[in-house]
Amino acid sequence: MIPFQYTKANNVADAVRLIAATSGAKFIAGGTNLLDLMKDNVERPTTLIDISRLPLGSVEETASGGLRIGALVPNSDLAWHPLIEKRYPLVASAILAGASQQLRNMASTGGNLVQRTRCAYFYDTATACNKRQPGSGCSAVNGINRGHAILGASTSCIATHPSDMCVALAALDATVHVTGSNGARAIPFADFHRLPGDTPHIDTNLGPDEIITAVEVPAKGFATNYSYLKIRDRMSYAFALVSVAAALELKDGTIQEARLALGGVAHKPWRDPAAEAALRGQAAEEASFARAADLLLRDARPQTHNGFKVDLARRAIIRTLTQAAHGTPQSQSNKTIQ
Amino acid sequence: MSMANNTAKTYTGTATSRVDGRAKVTGAAKYAGDFNEGGLAYGAVVEATIARGRITRIDASEARSVPGVIDVITHENRPRVADSDKAWKDDVAPEEGSPFRPLYDDAIKFNQQPIALVVAEEWEIARYAASLVRVDYEKQAFVTDVYRKRDDAIVVEKPDKPRGDAAKAFAAADVRHEADYFIPTEHHNPMELFATTAMWEAGGPLTVYDKTQGVQNVQQYLCSVFEKKSEEIRVVSPYVGGAFGSGLRPQYQVVLVVMAALKLQRSVRLVLTRQQMYGLGYRPATIERLALGARRDGTLDTITHEAVGTTSQFEEFSRNDTGWSALLYTSPNARYEHRVAPLDVPTSCDMRAPGAATGVYALESAMDELAVALKMDPVELRLRCYSDRDQNEDLPYTSKRLRECYREGAAAFGWDKRKAEPRSMRDGKTLVGWGMASGVWEALQMPTAVRIVMTANGHAEVSCAASDIGTGTYTIMAQVAADSLGLPIENISVKLADSTLPKAPVEGGSWIAASACHAVIATASEVRSELLRLAKLMKGSPLADTVEEDVALSDGKLVSRTQTDRGVSISDIMRHGALERIEKEKTNQVADDKAHARNTHSAVFAEVKVDEQLGVIRVTRVVSAVAAGRILNLKTGRSQVMGAVVGGIGMALHEETVYDHGLGRIVNHDIAEYHVPVNADIHDIEVIFVDEPDSLINPLGIKGLGEIGIVGVAAAVANAVYHATGVRVRDLPITLDKVLERRKAA
Repeated sequence: MIPFQYTKANNVADAVRLIAATSGAKFIAGGTNLLDLMKDNVERPTTLIDISRLPLGSVEETASGGLRIGALVPNSDLAWHPLIEKRYPLVASAILAGASQQLRNMASTGGNLVQRTRCAYFYDTATACNKRQPGSGCSAVNGINRGHAILGASTSCIATHPSDMCVALAALDATVHVTGSNGARAIPFADFHRLPGDTPHIDTNLGPDEIITAVEVPAKGFATNYSYLKIRDRMSYAFALVSVAAALELKDGTIQEARLALGGVAHKPWRDPAAEAALRGQAAEEASFARAADLLLRDARPQTHNGFKVDLARRAIIRTLTQAAHGTPQSQSNKTIQ
Repeated sequence: MSMANNTAKTYTGTATSRVDGRAKVTGAAKYAGDFNEGGLAYGAVVEATIARGRITRIDASEARSVPGVIDVITHENRPRVADSDKAWKDDVAPEEGSPFRPLYDDAIKFNQQPIALVVAEEWEIARYAASLVRVDYEKQAFVTDVYRKRDDAIVVEKPDKPRGDAAKAFAAADVRHEADYFIPTEHHNPMELFATTAMWEAGGPLTVYDKTQGVQNVQQYLCSVFEKKSEEIRVVSPYVGGAFGSGLRPQYQVVLVVMAALKLQRSVRLVLTRQQMYGLGYRPATIERLALGARRDGTLDTITHEAVGTTSQFEEFSRNDTGWSALLYTSPNARYEHRVAPLDVPTSCDMRAPGAATGVYALESAMDELAVALKMDPVELRLRCYSDRDQNEDLPYTSKRLRECYREGAAAFGWDKRKAEPRSMRDGKTLVGWGMASGVWEALQMPTAVRIVMTANGHAEVSCAASDIGTGTYTIMAQVAADSLGLPIENISVKLADSTLPKAPVEGGSWIAASACHAVIATASEVRSELLRLAKLMKGSPLADTVEEDVALSDGKLVSRTQTDRGVSISDIMRHGALERIEKEKTNQVADDKAHARNTHSAVFAEVKVDEQLGVIRVTRVVSAVAAGRILNLKTGRSQVMGAVVGGIGMALHEETVYDHGLGRIVNHDIAEYHVPVNADIHDIEVIFVDEPDSLINPLGIKGLGEIGIVGVAAAVANAVYHATGVRVRDLPITLDKVLERRKAA
């Protein structure tokens, strides 16, 4: 770990002022990812601005019927929050599918959004990585890439976004509230994370002087017909090979509205309006689900070692939509997949 | 063991709780990295980032300029060390080769090789400065993939004379099965990181707290490497947080710490990072080829087992991998051959049941495939080939209750309800598979010395240089000492793992329990003799005419076995003899019995549930029936086998050290990405200890449990996955993508 300065921000304005004024500074809240990256010399902040005392720790109902989740609400508190459990169980389920209890206790809502890929080459400073060191090359393209992207990748980066919670938030059309030197703005979730293109070192559209203050979920929570299914190499504490967030609104067995997002397959949670549109008005049955899966995966381009992901994702989409349609969401405590 | 009367408590064979349990859960137990004193300096390792080549320049100037940095030790400025291979060979070093010497010269032999040690006043400073050491290399071509060296691997083991003609018998066999199996490189990943704290004292010995399975092995090695007299270095390792074989050989951190302590004349600590642990030894990636030929009735005609394992370019490490196949089952023809492929990696090393965990996985997978080909129940096939004699040496066993393992394991599992056809058993959407396998390991004993100091207040201190690597050695030695000295277990204190204590071998091979416990008995017998001698001197002694064979220690007294009302308390004897303490030291007698084979056995039954569409595998039940002689402690013994079963499940489904062979570098070198099973992966595990009396192997009839629990588990799980899915995955670990892709291909 490289020496750094440490300072505390007293309020949001203070945090913005500090980050804008300090070159190479980073915010720290739970630190569950940042500290690992600093120990491995991947992140080398000159200053850590501790934001853990900012008043961003509450969950509040909005006038439009949604919820505004403070950026510092710990992942575990959020998963077990009564309003989340009742109205947005997809979010609760996705959070509980991720990391470990200890990590969820420390990790914050805002931090979860800006966690970085777990690509092994990104972590290993002895190897080339365009995300860590722009222009150095991508070791994963010709290396071990079983866990890497099948959608939206570029020749310079094939890393995936590691979050589970973000897959659910993407499916629910959440909004990310940020504040910077130029004031506050709201970023639709789909626009928050970026595809790698030729700038894989930039993960999100958060400005360099901006801080996430809240994540807002709209009124519609799909609390009846939803499921989050994560397929991984062991039953806990492993990143997704493929994960699926599915949410349906049904009327007499017909799909009125559908949401479908994939994790573990791209540089951001993967959604495709065409796949969701294809489900609307269809019977909630396997044939419809399979068509949606094919649409969602139509541009999939696997790497050397992850050809299996395309078909696995298709199967997982069908299963998750089936679970959602039946009102039998995947349990995250009993890991048996029904 | 005989007891004088029935009122005293007997500990041996009971479920006694760990005597060190409280110290461990309260944090009182100190591990190598916990020892502290003022003025401690901290080390951080700089590792090579290439697989093979030479250091052309190493620039530590920037690192040295960091305030708080004391020194940066490299091959250019290290203190003098021994320069012969012999001096660097520890007790467990392979016979052939030139052991690795850290910071010796500019040669890079493997990725993550230590090339510099930064020593600083604080660990954080050392770690930061380590990132500032600049290194230039001359890179050379390298190979890290065992498949690329398969054809020019070196033969390390084959019998002098093969049994019959295996190839000819195979060609003529009614039913044949032939296949390759693969076990990838695996790392031990003990919970405790490798660590050494060396306490330097002017004029005194250097006290080295080290994470090791053999303090005397490390002590002798350090004296040899640093050309020191025996009394100048003492090695201590009271607690070890798991090792699984990784601590059998001295690891490089102990060399670096001693080097720094001697050079700087300061106390130094070095704790490796989890990532750096992947620069140490590992279970070698091994390609196993099995060829079995049988008659239609299920009797074996021929077994061929060939293996190619991984080693470094500088040492030939291997363990018996293929010999088990020729040993276990009756077969008139058998041939085995083990070869090693030298690669640009560190030397491989022992990992729980070395050789057997891999070799028997392949054998028992092949036996399952043969059973399928024969349309025969897998247990029935093993009974048809059952052997009451060691097939390699043609010797009877001191005891072998493998048949009972099959029977009791099968009964507990409910094996008779198994439907033979793959994919024929279901639980809703999931496919259910039942598989089984046999396990086998050795029952060895090694010369081990124990000292007992008995004091007049009825307490005894039992000491020995052996380590307890978490297996329960403290506890079983206390149990056996309490019984042999006739004292409550609370009155026994056990001291272990200090190189100045009586001589013990490294803690491995499952031999410590039998060796150390019989050394306790031998020494306790000396204590008893001394007490009898003193008792006879007492005026009007009730034991005046009693002979040695007729006395026992029980309930704090020396008593006659035949006339139990005749006895004298230990404290009275010692008071009369005006003795404060009786001190005895004795080595166990290891019988040189060449007329018998000595082995432990097991039968493992596993149930898996596999999601047909998604390929997700869960091991929902395991029954492990173990025949390992008398079990000293049913509680720690059961825990040990359960832990081994978890290790076997990991081997089957999760564990793999993934190399990028293009870079010659491990990519998953941390325990987030190197997967071992987590709690959610583990369900019911039932351990059965089959009653196996053995009056030939040693007086207590004990065989050791350290390895046998893992042998066969991976095969049982793999066979269950086949039974569930109809897909035979022959390269571990069995991940869901392999099951799905091969099902599609089938």
